[in-house]
Amino acid sequence: MENLYKSFDGVEVLKGVSLQVERGEILALIGGSGHGKTVILKHVAGLMRPDRGRVDINGKDVYSLRGNELEELRSHLGFLFQSGALFSSLTVFDNVAFPLREKTHLSEQEIKEKVLTVLEQVGLSGAEDKYPAQISGGMIKRTALARSLMRNPEIMLFDEPTTGLDPVIAHTILDLIQLIHKELKFTGMIVSHELSRVFQIVQRVAMLHEGVVLFVGTPEEIMASRDPVVRQFITEALRVPPSAMKHFYPEERLHQKG
Amino acid sequence: MFIRNLGALSLTGLRSTGRMGLFLAKTFLFAVTPPLKFSQLLKQIRFIGFQSALVIFMTGAFTGMVLGLQGYYTLNRFGSAALLGPMVALSLIKELGPVLSALMVTARAGSAMTAEIGIMRITEQIEAIELMGLNPFRYLIVPKFLAGILAMPLLTAIFDVVGIFGGYLIGVKLLGIGEGTYFGEMANYIRMRDIVEGIYKSLSFGVLITWVCCYKGYYVGFGAEGVSKATTQAVVLSSVLILFWDYILTSALF
Repeated sequence: MENLYKSFDGVEVLKGVSLQVERGEILALIGGSGHGKTVILKHVAGLMRPDRGRVDINGKDVYSLRGNELEELRSHLGFLFQSGALFSSLTVFDNVAFPLREKTHLSEQEIKEKVLTVLEQVGLSGAEDKYPAQISGGMIKRTALARSLMRNPEIMLFDEPTTGLDPVIAHTILDLIQLIHKELKFTGMIVSHELSRVFQIVQRVAMLHEGVVLFVGTPEEIMASRDPVVRQFITEALRVPPSAMKHFYPEERLHQKG
Repeated sequence: MFIRNLGALSLTGLRSTGRMGLFLAKTFLFAVTPPLKFSQLLKQIRFIGFQSALVIFMTGAFTGMVLGLQGYYTLNRFGSAALLGPMVALSLIKELGPVLSALMVTARAGSAMTAEIGIMRITEQIEAIELMGLNPFRYLIVPKFLAGILAMPLLTAIFDVVGIFGGYLIGVKLLGIGEGTYFGEMANYIRMRDIVEGIYKSLSFGVLITWVCCYKGYYVGFGAEGVSKATTQAVVLSSVLILFWDYILTSALF
């Protein structure tokens, strides 16, 4: 994305954001609340139009695409919404089966097999007949993840996949994302506040501050950053004293990344 | 300051009117071009039509009974009690049937439409539909729009028939007008044109209710408060527009 500007009711949220995500890598978007992280993801998905600037995916400008072209792009894109965005009137099974029923010509038997396999992968076997209102926050996120993966996306956007979950469930979700990334090799962007775990599954990190990208680099580089704003954010997010920052992320742990 | 506020208000009004117009144009466009989500259409016909039938039946019955009672005492003063049948039937077919049915459907189904679409919007379900490569208009709006157009004339017909029998119950069974007089005079005075006029009205009310209620849900504000505000606005605006449009149509068709 290049020089992205966006304002809401006169308040400028993005003030010239430029970022590049390489094929196959996951980039973490971090920063305080209200600094435009979700807005960036929605621009990448073509759900919002910028006031200025452009987003290119595979060399195509997202905002110049219309009709079938946009549909084609979106068929390769998965989005895990912060709220899960499950259809409240459908069961877990029907939610996950929805994209296949609507956008493919698979038989009901084939759909059933695919859905049950994916539900097993995300640890939701046995919850097929439950409605979103009957399941926990973690199960909602896992159902949404299963639904977004149904069409084997090449690009995955994760909007705070762990917000509101207890640390154990949050880590389970992030482990799942790491596992699926190894399998599908998608290109991804993830917005999360679970920095310690997220830094282990992403290749690069971009920090947004007041509508601009303050820092882009590897997790190691951001941990070593001397920028006071970056340091303050990382310290508070990880809850470690600045003096302990370089020890918090030991070399051997970093090399275990998938 | 006053002028500036007035200008800002006018611009906001103009913008939202334009957006409403575009919303209707898009709905029309997607309604007349394939593909149509047939299963969704059937679901909406059941919701807007079949599930509103009971409330329409009750409203129609009581409206007809009140018309029978009031009409009898008024007409009796002029020695024209025999014209009770045509009076009840004309009032129902031309005005009260379409208008009251539309108001009841707005209250029962229109408010639910706004709340449903509004909740889908604030919980990002509409964006999820878009990201799956589906058109939210085709999937959510068009089935409701077509179901409204199909269901409204049928519900109005139920209202009219039940209302006429409500008037019959009071006029004939309670107040003693002859059965032949009640229905015979009705056949003499009611023209096909009156019935067609009622159908036109109910069709246009079907468009109006689904348009306003879907629009308010689609462009809802934020959170639960936004949904509740949009639902109230949808019901109030639809009701006012139904009465306004009824006047316009009556004056044009009279």
